[in-house]
Amino acid sequence: MKSRDLSDLALRNLREAILRNSLTTLGIAVGVASLVAMVSLGAGLQQLASKRLSQSGLFDSVFVTPKMNLRGMGREAAPAPSDKPPRLLDEAARQEISRLPNVIEVFPQVRFFTEVRYDGKPYATMVAGMPESSKASGSFDGMQGSFFSSAGANETILQSEFAKELSPQTSTLIGKELVLRYAERQSLPSNAPNSSVPTSPNSESLPGGFSVVPKEMHLRIVGVVDTEPASGFGGFGNGRLLIPLQVALTLRAAQVNDLRDIVRGTSSTPTFASLTVRAKGPAYVEALEVSIKNMGFGAFSLLDASKSLTTFFKVLDILLGIFGSLALFVATLGIVNTLVMAVLERRREIGVLKALGAADGDVKQLFFVEAGVMGLFGGILGVFLGWLIGRALNFGTNFYLHRRELPSVEISSVPWWLVLFAIGFAIAVSLAAGLYPASRAARLNPVEALRYE
Amino acid sequence: MPASQAAIRLEHVSRHYTMGEAVIRAVDDVSLDLPSGEFLALLGSSGSGKSTLLNLIAGLDRPTSGSVIANNQDLSKVSSLELARYRRQTVGMVFQSFNLLPRMTLEENVELPLRLAEVDRSDRPARVREALERVGLGKRVTHRPSELSGGEQQRAAIARALVNRPKILLADEPTGNLDSATGESILALLKEIQKNPGMTIVMVTHERPLAERFANRLAIMGDGKLLSNGASR
Repeated sequence: MKSRDLSDLALRNLREAILRNSLTTLGIAVGVASLVAMVSLGAGLQQLASKRLSQSGLFDSVFVTPKMNLRGMGREAAPAPSDKPPRLLDEAARQEISRLPNVIEVFPQVRFFTEVRYDGKPYATMVAGMPESSKASGSFDGMQGSFFSSAGANETILQSEFAKELSPQTSTLIGKELVLRYAERQSLPSNAPNSSVPTSPNSESLPGGFSVVPKEMHLRIVGVVDTEPASGFGGFGNGRLLIPLQVALTLRAAQVNDLRDIVRGTSSTPTFASLTVRAKGPAYVEALEVSIKNMGFGAFSLLDASKSLTTFFKVLDILLGIFGSLALFVATLGIVNTLVMAVLERRREIGVLKALGAADGDVKQLFFVEAGVMGLFGGILGVFLGWLIGRALNFGTNFYLHRRELPSVEISSVPWWLVLFAIGFAIAVSLAAGLYPASRAARLNPVEALRYE
Repeated sequence: MPASQAAIRLEHVSRHYTMGEAVIRAVDDVSLDLPSGEFLALLGSSGSGKSTLLNLIAGLDRPTSGSVIANNQDLSKVSSLELARYRRQTVGMVFQSFNLLPRMTLEENVELPLRLAEVDRSDRPARVREALERVGLGKRVTHRPSELSGGEQQRAAIARALVNRPKILLADEPTGNLDSATGESILALLKEIQKNPGMTIVMVTHERPLAERFANRLAIMGDGKLLSNGASR
């Protein structure tokens, strides 16, 4: 029989027992819906998590430290044979790293603990330099006020906890000025080792120690942010007063590693405590990490953590999928039942078809197509129902979050692959369920079937 | 009579059923030659094996032993796929209870064998109409079987049996569910169809007077055996 005649007859048969076949199809739809709802929840949570993590900037970054830093002071660990000799993390190294392929930018971490005066009162806080690129990272989404007007502006953004210390009404702070008091590092000229007089910038290449000079800087508050954009990685604590990185570098504030460099007497050039290298995407991080290690630095990324996170979500998806499939499995029993009943009911018709010249294969295909059509319709309806369930979950979650004044999230997502997979799976499962009834119908003895009343 | 002239040849055909310990010999060593163009009436009482023999000729069943040769092929030896093709193209079947599909119109019922034989869609309406007009139902194509009388239903069934232009028409008690006048008109129709060149008809019946009037050969069965294979009349 040609496929068009086959589908004609199958649809006709399905219409003839419309109630029973609709109920069976609805059963499949409910099964598919539960599968789609479960998997879309998994996919939505994964998207949510990976979006949050990629916004944090942790997964496309490599954190570079001088190698000796990792081994600790005073202890000389035996270097592995393949290891490159340790190098200083200075401006030359920064330039070299920024020339590596797939690097967007390389910036140092500048953080120092200092005192701030606001409204005549002193406050102790941690200052952190923020690169221009952090504006786009998503960390500053939803902030009060605005981002720094330029990379070199004497402006600051306050972390909201710190802002509350300054004034309970944080919004009133924007536009006000505060005074940053810090200790400027000044290299000592070799001919005047004990002088505390400020010297010209180009004298810093000279060997020797440095002096620390108290300085002040006026900063205008432009914004208050809830998140902690400069929170913990390779730093010494959370930055609570954020200033443009370029400004932070010009301050030449004394940092922890300055003293260490002097104690070691390794070099007269200023070095960075650590550098953050931003790659074009998480995919480039691994190769970049290897290249930087080969240059003789310590390098570290959160890539491994990200990998295990992906694995976790895959497992979660599979588990949710299995739970979702249980309902679909029950639905397949419905298909088997419906078709077995149909074979019994249509015995005589099958006998007539065979007497008119239908081959066993024709009869088998007819029942197969009927099962497949129920699977197709059940799948489409099920995807729609599952999507509705996902919407309802989203709505419920966001209603709850909204009442707690939290930003809304998408916890359920129905990607295209899930739509296609769910419909395909419904058809495949229905065909499998149709196997037994179809072969039973095909094996029917026409002589007995025609005698059946 | 040369072998090529025989439309149907039965050679020592037996069909046995086992029911528990007992063996039922529904058809027991039947041999018969049926030349092309004959109208054979197969007579016998209930359980004489005449319907079983008809099913063997129809390719709906296979003999336990012996061979059924029709259309130059031994039906006891061909594959089930070949057998289905034989049923589709070589024979047409008519039943006592008509066996029209109740939810299909006459048109659709008659189209069914064309679907199975994969006849082009564009050719089908003309062939369906032709077959229905031939049995006098040209004006009732869109009716469902339940809207017709018994005689009309049987005519529709005959149209369905003929639509694939078979060489052999097999009828199992075609007048069994009809009153005598209607039965006569159905047999007259079969007699008319027999006039088609090369058309062979085998009819199972237990109404001897009707068979004598319309068939040109009578065979009588009893207890699975052919008691008389009748001579051509």
